[in-house]
Amino acid sequence: MFARYPPGAGIGENLVSHAEDHEGTRRDFLYYVAGGAGVVATGAAVWPLINQMNPSADVQALSSIRVDVSGVEPGTQLTVKWLGKPVFIRHRTGAEIQEAKEQDAEGVDALPDPLARNFNQPADAPATDANRVMPSPEGEAPGAWLVQMGVCTHLGCVPLGDAGDFGGWFCPCHGSHYDLAGRIRKGPAPENLPVPPAEWTDNSTIKLG
Amino acid sequence: MSGIPHDHYEPKTNGEKWLNSRLPIVGLIYDTIMIPTPKNLNWWWIWGIVLAFCLALQIVTGIVLVMHYTPHVDLAFASIEHIMRNVNGGYMLRYLHMNGASLFFVAVYIHIFRGLFYGSYKAPREITWIIGMLIYLMMMGTAFMGYVLPWGQMSFWGATVITGLFGAIPFVGDAIQTWLLGGPAVDNATLNRFFSLHYLLPFVIAALVVVHIWAFHTTGNNNPTGVEVRRGSKAEAEKDTLPFWPYFVIKDLFALAVILVVFWAVVGFMPNYLGHPDNYIEANPLVTPAHIVPEWYFLPFYAILRAFTGEVWVVQFASFITGGIIDAKFFGVLAMFGAILAMALAPWLDTSTVRSGKYRPMFKWWFYLLIIDFFALMWLGAMPAEEPYATFSLIASAYWFAYFFVILPILGVIEKPDAQPETIEEDFNAHYGKADADATPAE
Repeated sequence: MFARYPPGAGIGENLVSHAEDHEGTRRDFLYYVAGGAGVVATGAAVWPLINQMNPSADVQALSSIRVDVSGVEPGTQLTVKWLGKPVFIRHRTGAEIQEAKEQDAEGVDALPDPLARNFNQPADAPATDANRVMPSPEGEAPGAWLVQMGVCTHLGCVPLGDAGDFGGWFCPCHGSHYDLAGRIRKGPAPENLPVPPAEWTDNSTIKLG
Repeated sequence: MSGIPHDHYEPKTNGEKWLNSRLPIVGLIYDTIMIPTPKNLNWWWIWGIVLAFCLALQIVTGIVLVMHYTPHVDLAFASIEHIMRNVNGGYMLRYLHMNGASLFFVAVYIHIFRGLFYGSYKAPREITWIIGMLIYLMMMGTAFMGYVLPWGQMSFWGATVITGLFGAIPFVGDAIQTWLLGGPAVDNATLNRFFSLHYLLPFVIAALVVVHIWAFHTTGNNNPTGVEVRRGSKAEAEKDTLPFWPYFVIKDLFALAVILVVFWAVVGFMPNYLGHPDNYIEANPLVTPAHIVPEWYFLPFYAILRAFTGEVWVVQFASFITGGIIDAKFFGVLAMFGAILAMALAPWLDTSTVRSGKYRPMFKWWFYLLIIDFFALMWLGAMPAEEPYATFSLIASAYWFAYFFVILPILGVIEKPDAQPETIEEDFNAHYGKADADATPAE
């Protein structure tokens, strides 16, 4: 593969064109090896400089938090920061559960977004109230707890609670109305408020993430 | 260095010769500031000096502000208030820096539109133009990151919206956004890296400015007629030009003085006029301001970003042929960057052989319409995203692209240009009368 120079060849005789030489010489090989090693070394040197900008260990450690919700009375809402964004933890009253169920009766296909958008449910789960809420802990009515991201699906503003035409949330930026199950009902937002991964670790603690 | 024949530096004393044979820096400076400059330059040619002044002002005030600023989410806002209230003269330094950014953009927009009207982007000045566009992009990046540093509500939410643009990139958008932010949302990691880059980029800009000047010192300045300086001999070139020092330096400094009167009036009497009151509220990730608007100099491109919603047929068409990869959000991002790319491509889109808009009877009107379009977009970018502004934004955005991709290529073919002067000297004499052969040229 590597043509050796004939023994005894003078310096001048090496200065021949390799344009017609399809075999590749030892020098070509050295070029490729040196070039390849240079590229790999550059990549290895640059990668740490790029990777340092990715989330650091302490930021990644906060990707899962536990929230004590024992103090959240029915009819109130706790807003916690998770992954740098607000999460609404709503403790719904019996009347609110009832009202959300009535909104359900109109049928999910009538909603702007018919999908539940619930991380804890299959991706194609319909947007019924039951598919949006958390399972209730022992001794509480089903549908008492609704946990969702407090980030409007339009342009990322934070909606206001207890507001809007549907008794749920209202985004003041561009007028999106969400109902008592956090489903978009009116306005420019395209999707329901997403439900993050959430589970009970005991009767009064919710684990997000 | 210059292609126009002119006198070069000759070291005379032994000391000068000693230095010159080791480092010809005096010769470099001499050739740079004595460059033969077309003597018919009008007042639109003063903004280069204003821009150089702005860069120096921003670097100097920025370096001293850093001596008092703390880039941490818990301390940044307070450290700005510390600068405003406690640091000796700190409020003035900060107001100069804030409004200096605005003066910088006023100057760069006039400078760019000057180039667009007089055809300064055309051969052989394409490289100067492209470097100028890179400087403009860097300026936008620097200004955006600088606006985040005070950690007010507009800082935070502006950063959220703008970094969200990168999240719109198909497939890799989320990963890029997380990488840019250093976490799932704008937070301390974001503030720190923006601070680092805000300090770095002005020096990159300074380096690009050197290349920008180098490029047009090689080709020579453009001028209002677009006619090239005669280069046959030094005597011929001197009929068309005057040395940059002292003629143009003094003229430019006079203009700068007038502009600084206005600038100081703004800094002294209405320093917050161009800012947004919400930025005096500390950043709160849990509360969004009712109406997020960028700084005025971003508004035209912000309007283009928002103009392309899901209801626009071009967006629906793009979404259809790419199988949904290009959605409305990503289309808006492409349109915004495309609007700047369109400007950068002007040297190749403009087919006219005539450089200056002065001699292009049809071009003129389309150009004036582009200026109106620019201000219309600026106004629309500050309006809420609802009717009738949405439709106006779409029309204004469409004209921006039409100017570069349709009007410039077609005009060069169908337009009959007016007669141009043969030489710069002829144009100069027509304006100022023929100077006596041995008298000092009249200004």
